[in-house]
Amino acid sequence: MSRPELQAPPEIYYGDAEAKKYTQNTRNQQIQRDMTYRALELLALPSDQPAFLLDIGCGSGLSGEILDEEGYVWAGVDIAPSMLEVALEREVEGDLFLQDIGQGFGFRPGSFDGAISISVLQWLLNAETSHPTSSPPHRLNRFFTTLHSALRNPSRVVLQFYPSSDDQIQLITSVAQKAGFGGGIVVDYPNSKKARKVFLCLLVGGGVGQQQVPQGLQGEEEEDSKARCERRREREKLRTKSGKRKSVKDKDWILKKKELYRKRGKEGVPNDSKYTGRKRRAVF
Amino acid sequence: MMDVEEERLCLFGIADCSLLPPTIMVRLITHNLLACHAKDCNANNFPLQFKDVKLEFREADFNPDFLKGFMPKIEWKALVDTARELGDTSLPLEQPEMLDDDFLKNLHHVLLEIHVEEGSMTCPNCNHVYPISNGIPNMLLAEHEIG
Ligand SMILES: C[S@@+](CC[C@H](N)C(=O)[O-])C[C@H]1O[C@@H](n2cnc3c(N)ncnc32)[C@H](O)[C@@H]1O
Ligand SMILES: [Zn+2]
Repeated sequence: MSRPELQAPPEIYYGDAEAKKYTQNTRNQQIQRDMTYRALELLALPSDQPAFLLDIGCGSGLSGEILDEEGYVWAGVDIAPSMLEVALEREVEGDLFLQDIGQGFGFRPGSFDGAISISVLQWLLNAETSHPTSSPPHRLNRFFTTLHSALRNPSRVVLQFYPSSDDQIQLITSVAQKAGFGGGIVVDYPNSKKARKVFLCLLVGGGVGQQQVPQGLQGEEEEDSKARCERRREREKLRTKSGKRKSVKDKDWILKKKELYRKRGKEGVPNDSKYTGRKRRAVF
Repeated sequence: MMDVEEERLCLFGIADCSLLPPTIMVRLITHNLLACHAKDCNANNFPLQFKDVKLEFREADFNPDFLKGFMPKIEWKALVDTARELGDTSLPLEQPEMLDDDFLKNLHHVLLEIHVEEGSMTCPNCNHVYPISNGIPNMLLAEHEIG
């Protein structure tokens, strides 16, 4: 089967049936969640302040649910009504918008403290019509310029995506650069066929030249992301005795939310642990 | 297409359903950040004007630190005016310097607990109408409106 983005436009591909299938698949839930955690790690938000984030191509809320659990307030945009409908059913907390990111955003300057996008950008690389505003470079340009201005200075955007060639990576990074972003590509597990993941890490302002593009994870095998999280938490414990970023939601809220997800027969809700409700801090 | 409520009934069983809180709607926290993004609409394109709205209120967790951090992003006049249009007169006309608890609770309610479920938002400059259905604003533009 060819890649989804070659089969149909996104709002058609993610119709009612596919939106349900996509969201209920436990393996898929796990993959999207792992990548969301990794994106948050790369986003490296300051640990001492609450943040308002944008989830670009939020779909049915698999990535947004992690933002909820981590205590972020967020808004999400997606072009597929069926995916958004599933997100509503799942009671995600973010404000949702039906929006084509290739048409650009109208958010005022400095609206967001950061943005993530999980498995979306490859959809911008195919033209739907022959209209000039439909060409991939035009759409990428609209997307990156309006995104850049919607972000606060300094801040970051982390976009995980599935490029199908180096040319695509070239095109995307060059348009992002022209829009004013610094940063670049981070590849996790570059030598593993299965675990390889590509993240575009974009930097806004704040001495873009001084900010370092983070390192990709190395090795052949996909390290158990849960184990990595736990180790990160251990490190965090040593580092920050005080001054942790205060979550907007407390532990009770998160437990209630998880209970709700469970009641509705969702699978793959992480077990409650003594870590529930504690901030994960980014460490590279 | 089934409506969300009906679909919930099918998915989760009627008994469970009555326990579920209402769904998330567009709130003033995002409305206050949103300008029109139609082609060549670059001035006086904010705030979008609500019309024929159906509101819902839903409690959210109160977090003073989040609100204080968010204050600098707010266009104050737009927020106060919009809140008043929706029937909430709790905010002062001038953004206060002292952020006491009473004020922060009112701000919290206006930003995070008023949900617009149905209606529309109209651009004050180009008159583009963004419909809201099931709490989700439709921001899609026609081909000739794309910048
Ligand atoms: C693989 S899903 C990922 C959804 C979510 N981020 C997650 O992690 O589960 C890709 C999503 O990108 C959305 N998408 C594709 N093209 C888009 C566009 N031009 N504007 C907005 N969303 C788009 C699709 O509708 C779909 O929901
Ligand atoms: Zn306009």
